[in-house]
Amino acid sequence: MRVPIDCDSDVVAARQKGRELASQCGFPSTDMAVVATAISELARNIVRYAVRGEIILRLVQNNGKRGIEVVAADDGPGIPDVGLAMQDGYSTSGGLGLGLPGTRRLMDDFEITSDFGKGTKVTVRRWRR
Amino acid sequence: MSGSQDVATVTQARLETTASRLRELVAHLRHQRAQLREEWARLITEAKLLTAMTKEEIFAEATSVYDNYVEALETGTYEALQAYARNLSERIIPRGVETHEVVGIVLLLRDVLARSLFATYHEDFNKLNRILDAYEPAANRIAATVAVGFVQERERIIREQQEAIRELSTPVLQVRERLLILPIIGVIDPQRARQLTEQLLRGIRTNRAKVVVLDITGVPYIDSPVANHLVQTVEAARLLGATVIVTGLSPEIAQTLVNIGVDLGKMNTVGDLQGGIEEAERLLGYKVVLMQESVAQSA
Amino acid sequence: MQVPILKQGAYLIATVQSALTDEDLKQLRDTLVLQVSKVRARGVIVDVTALDVIDSFATRTLRDVAYMIRLRGAETVIVGIQPEVAFSMVKLGLTLEGVATSLDLEEGLAYLDRKAKAHEREVRAHR
Repeated sequence: MRVPIDCDSDVVAARQKGRELASQCGFPSTDMAVVATAISELARNIVRYAVRGEIILRLVQNNGKRGIEVVAADDGPGIPDVGLAMQDGYSTSGGLGLGLPGTRRLMDDFEITSDFGKGTKVTVRRWRR
Repeated sequence: MSGSQDVATVTQARLETTASRLRELVAHLRHQRAQLREEWARLITEAKLLTAMTKEEIFAEATSVYDNYVEALETGTYEALQAYARNLSERIIPRGVETHEVVGIVLLLRDVLARSLFATYHEDFNKLNRILDAYEPAANRIAATVAVGFVQERERIIREQQEAIRELSTPVLQVRERLLILPIIGVIDPQRARQLTEQLLRGIRTNRAKVVVLDITGVPYIDSPVANHLVQTVEAARLLGATVIVTGLSPEIAQTLVNIGVDLGKMNTVGDLQGGIEEAERLLGYKVVLMQESVAQSA
Repeated sequence: MQVPILKQGAYLIATVQSALTDEDLKQLRDTLVLQVSKVRARGVIVDVTALDVIDSFATRTLRDVAYMIRLRGAETVIVGIQPEVAFSMVKLGLTLEGVATSLDLEEGLAYLDRKAKAHEREVRAHR
């Protein structure tokens, strides 16, 4: 499932879609809130730093475990220093600087690739317990 | 081109002979059913397997396993046998039958049948070999199917029991209006920690609690991820408008909390459960007085 | 999505009714801060029972509301945060430090009443 992101209300739409998918997958309500919150953070980063991009949601399986995968992709300016962006409290937009490190804490898997000048792709997964 | 055709033909021929040998084998086992089944049941009792079951029960199960065994040999499909193994396990596990007993009886049957094949074909060594070629892989697969079925069933039961124990392991007790107590006993692993958080936060909402006393006197130690989780639970409870008082922190756990950099000023901790309840009552505005005192005061 | 704001006695009650965009949140913040001065409210309750996500931006905005209203001499209490939402917030690293929280509207009102009484006692003591 793809959700295009280019304004505020898309952020809300993306997290609602994520919540529905997590519910279909049989996640307990705590995990539904966790997944929705992570999507919210990733989608907001797209609006704030890249202007437009998309959130791709899908169900995944690994060794009999079921989970939900969220990919946030944009072709914006990219992150000059990924290590710095992953630190708590670091923000270039005047926010709380918890978006990326907080998302990593929320989810089980976290991968980020960013090409300066070409865009950013963040992939996160949450597994059912 | 012609070479590969040859190979195909040879393979085809081999498959056909394997099939015809299996047919012969199945006919033999059907013919000898009464005798072999009895022999097997006798060996089971002699080997002191399935001691939790009566002779009649063993014979009845031996009959079903035997028939399912022969059917699996005949059809080459194992679903029916698998289903039977699961069903059997479900019945015998509560009676204390162990894994080695189940593996033992299938191997015994394998031997009983093999011996009967030896007895029948010992005069034609080549034929015996060919029959065994067909028999052995199928017999091994049957043994594996039954044993794995038993172990899977056991694991399922253990998982269910763990689930039940976990639910019982974090009781949420309401001692007064707006006051909950969670006495935690035993090691907190990550899964139990998650459950504890959910029960505590849900308990606050359903009981409209304002104060929660989390007593961890019975927890021997915690590692840093679980310590972090506890701190987060305390913070989440505050977001719901409730205060958590942690009591019974052992020196070891206090050390762990300090090591992970918990601001103990933000955590409400009291030495023991009684002190925790007193503190909770104070927060709720209760005052406990002796009956005599209160009579004296009102007089 | 507009958030209705109700005046009840000396208090303002804002009841969030559905998911809010960042723009909605900013508008709620500005309106509340403006209204507090206009009606000389003593306390503000923001009821977030309907929110199934409170992310970093929402938390920051709620915290800003509480701080700005305190600077105007009134108290703020956030009520109705759902258990699973609270859990996600602390995982993310958000604790709404320095902001009062209560279980629901009723508790929030009781909290503001207690605060008002304490304030009165203090004022009387100084006279």
